[in-house]
Parts: sequence; C-alpha cells; structure tokens
Amino acid sequence: MPGDFDVKYVAHLARIALAPEEQEKFGAQLSNILGYIAKLNELDVSKIEPTAHAVPLVNVFRPDEVRPSLPTSEALRNAPASANGLFMVPKIVE
Amino acid sequence: MSTQPKLNQLPISQLAAKLAGREVSAREVMQSCLDQIEKVEGRIHAFISYDAADALAQADAADQALARGANSSPLLGVPIGIKDVIAVRDQPLNCGSKILGKFISPYSATVIEKLREAGAIVFGRLNMDEFAMGSSTENSAFGVTRNPWDTSRIPGGSSGGSAAAVAADECLAALGSDTGGSIRQPAALCGCVGFKPTYGRVSRYGLVAFASSLDQIGTFAKDARDTAMVLSAISGQDPRDSTSVPLPVPDYAAGLNGEIKGLRLGLAKEYMIGGLDAEVGASVQAAVKQFEKLGAEIVEISLPHTDYAVATYYIVATAEASANLARFDGIRYGARVDGTDPIDLYCKTRGAGFGPEVKRRIILGAYVLSSGYYDAYYLRAQKVRTLIRQDFLNAFEKVDAVITPTSPTPAFKIGEKTDDPLQMYLSDIFTISCNLAGICGVSLPCGFTREPKLPIGLQLLGKPFGEETLLKLAHAYEQSTPWHKEKAGGL
Repeated sequence: MPGDFDVKYVAHLARIALAPEEQEKFGAQLSNILGYIAKLNELDVSKIEPTAHAVPLVNVFRPDEVRPSLPTSEALRNAPASANGLFMVPKIVE
Repeated sequence: MSTQPKLNQLPISQLAAKLAGREVSAREVMQSCLDQIEKVEGRIHAFISYDAADALAQADAADQALARGANSSPLLGVPIGIKDVIAVRDQPLNCGSKILGKFISPYSATVIEKLREAGAIVFGRLNMDEFAMGSSTENSAFGVTRNPWDTSRIPGGSSGGSAAAVAADECLAALGSDTGGSIRQPAALCGCVGFKPTYGRVSRYGLVAFASSLDQIGTFAKDARDTAMVLSAISGQDPRDSTSVPLPVPDYAAGLNGEIKGLRLGLAKEYMIGGLDAEVGASVQAAVKQFEKLGAEIVEISLPHTDYAVATYYIVATAEASANLARFDGIRYGARVDGTDPIDLYCKTRGAGFGPEVKRRIILGAYVLSSGYYDAYYLRAQKVRTLIRQDFLNAFEKVDAVITPTSPTPAFKIGEKTDDPLQMYLSDIFTISCNLAGICGVSLPCGFTREPKLPIGLQLLGKPFGEETLLKLAHAYEQSTPWHKEKAGGL
C-alpha cells in the first residue's frame, strides 16, 4: 500500500530517529520499493503453505545441562556504561 | 617481470605441499601477504583493519607445528581473511557499521575455531556493506573497497573486501557470508571462486545475523580445489547452531577427478532476461558449450517463479533484519547516544549509528511485519518462497545443477547506483533464489569483458547438500579454461 506509507510512524516503531531530509528521501524510495513488491499480488497463494525455513529440522533438542557461559566481566566488556556488574540505562521510573 | 609466482599468488593446494615439505615457512607465506597488502591496500582498501604482529605469531606457531609434524591439515600455515561480520575472539567486530563502536569479540565463531584447529592463520577484518546489506561495498562506514581490476569500480558486495583481497592476492582465501548473493556476486565481479553452501551446511554461530533463515557462511578462493579444502574445514553440524544439519562432511577435494560425463546441467529459460550484458551473455553461453564438450548434458528447464524472487527476498530478508537488528540499541554494547529516557536513547543511538541502507531495510522490515500488513506482505512472501523452492526441487528431478550468469553486468562504477536502491536490488536477480530455496551455489570466473577488462562470473546452483557435484563441475571447467589463472594487471 504505497499510498499510505507513513515513514515517520514506521521509523518510530523501528526505534530509529530520522532527520527530516531522510524522512523525505526514504519515504519516496520505500514507496517505490513497495510498488515493486506489490507484484506478489499477481500470484494465487491461497493453497500454498508458507516456508519459514528451507531446512526441515524440527525440535532440535540438547540435554538440559549446566555449561560454562560468558563471564559477567566479558559480557560487560563492550558496554557503553556499566557499574557494579550491571548495565547502566537512563532512569525509567521516577 | 618475474616468471616465478610469489607465495601469496600460489593456490593453497600448491602452497600446502611446499609448507609440508618445509620448502617454505608459514612466516614467509604470511610475510608475502603482508608485503602485498603494503603494496596494494592504499588503492584497494579490502581490510578495515588487520594485526600483522598477531598474524606473524600465528605463522610462527604453524611453523612449529610443521616442524613437529603434529598436524597434517592442508590449511596449516595458510593465511585466511575474515569478513567483518564473523566474530574472532579479542579482535574488533564492526559489521561495516558505526553502531558497534569499539566492539571487541568476547568469543569466536565456530568457523573460526575450525580454521584454527586446521592450523590456518586467521587474519584481518575484511570490509563489507554495513550489516551485509548491499551489492557494492559502498555502504560501509569504513570507506569504499575498490575492484582490483579497475579501481574506479565497485568490487561487488556485500563481501566486497573478501573478494577484492583474494583477487589481489592479499590473502590465500577468505570467509564471507551470503544472504542473497553476497559471496557469489563479488566473487564474479572480482574474478575469484565464491561458494555459498547449502543452508545448514556451515554453522552460523558467531556470524552476526542479518536474515537468519537465509544467511550462510561461505568461501572465497583462487580455484575450485582451494574452495573444496576450506569448505571441508568449516562445514559440519554444531550444537551451538540448531539449524546446522547432522550430515557427514565429505572430503570435497578428494572428489575432484575431472569426471563430469553424464552430469545434467539445467538452463532456465526465465534467466534469459533483458538487461543481461551482451558480453556476460556470450561468456556464459561459451561456458555452457564448454561443459557440453566436457561431457555434460544440457537440459532446458523452467523456474516459473523467478520473476517474483527479488520482491519475495526484500520482504523476507528485511523482516528478519528488522528483528535481528533490534539488538543494536546502545544498551549492552557498541555506541550510545544518550537520551532523556530509554526509548529516546534507542531512537537517537540507532538514528546516528546506522547508515541509510540499513535504516531503509529495517523500516521496510518493520512495515511488512506491522499490524494490518503482516498477511499482505510477510505471510504472502513466505508462501511465494515455497513456490520458488518448489521450482528448484522440481528442476533437480531432471538436472544435477542449474547454470546461470552470476550477475547481469560486470562491475559498475562507484556511485553509479547509490541513489536508486531498487535498481541495486534488481541486480541480485540470479543469486537471490538460491538463498530463498536454501540450496547451494558457486560463482567461478568464465571470461572477461573486452574494454575495460573486467571479470565475468558463471553461477552453478546445486541440490541441497550437493556441494560435491558443484565443486566437481567447477573443477572440471577450470581444468579446461584459463580464466581463474588471470591476475589483475596494474597492481
């Protein structure tokens, strides 16, 4: 539905801040792409099963055993902000 | 001009014999790659970064193993470059993006552990389109990689750094990832062999996810035999990737006997498209004749849903990407732009950290998954994906492999398509179905354009887990043609 494509709204759903000129440019480019994608409507798929994965593996289980995992110090190694073994984030509730 | 090829120019198969015979050392091999990098990187820019001291230390360790006779792997002491989307412990990992900041990998991908077990020198961070989204390596936050055959042109993408590095003899082989052609297309445009294994053949553990149901790690090498050697080393089931398949891994190189008599190659009439470059078309036709001469049988086939592959791909891939890339939120790793609250922080971090193509695809993916549009776009695309896969499974009832051009054109000029994403997407027409169908594919050199001289690639698509047959075909073709031996002049 290229006509009603609201780039600002979808960008917010995707948690991406866009500059005004990006909004304009992406809006036009994405409408163009959606126009192209609409060609899938030519096909009758009412009786077709969807494919989520090309390899038909189901229920791949492993034994439920405790195994070594990344130590806290390693997990925090790339954190933009951390303290006391925790990630730091902005205040969520007053 | 010296007639003796330098060590970095030799195929791994020849180098391995020299290393095993202690005729040359791994340090000399690594140094020859570093010398070449010194000479050409200013013009090519295949690497985002590399650690020469670490590479030479790995080479020394390989030399010690060679002295002890401890490891008989053909990759012992062989420098292999790594695309910047595969984790190597204690090395930077950026995926060609600003958003990962100064990220250092806390663990190694399974393919890296396998290469290390085989004694290979794991080397460098190869440039790529940001998060593997692109067909030209122009979408990297670390600058454009240039095609070794003509530095005013793109190397292809997204694994453009891997292809350029192998084509320019900066490393002996390289790893890349292929979600819609990101190994095969740059291999074609740079003139090397690029292999995308069947989905599930190679573990994705430690590969930063773009589209999880399409992504697969694969190889760049100078020829089919080297490809077979690296592929055998990295393949196999991995308990850390539940989508890797529990099938034994053949010794692919052992199967290369030049015998392809009676194998049936399919030519799909849907691939005779307008917009196919005349020289590309002629080279691929000549290759078809060559396969016939070698004893293969050419069979006309039909892949009726080909025309819907690009549209299907750009729904499935962007939908999966929008979910996968949600993890880059400025909280646990990478760059952060502070905000008044967490949502503001996410939006600002992602707005500043992602480049334009990644933003476009995440937004498109979020849209096709959003309430009210899911059935119309995502679910419909998954159903068309079934039809595309079925096309190939039907074709493989009649043929052993499908033969196509890899890319409709040779390498284009830097900047030529950057403002028209849809045109860029349409150039993926021959490679994209392979990922949707989950089958395997290889691109190999099959000729050159006249002026300027640019490589042309031929694609072979194979049955699920039909890697052996593809390599056999590629190898037999190489034995009877000169293309893979040509080197970019002027480097």
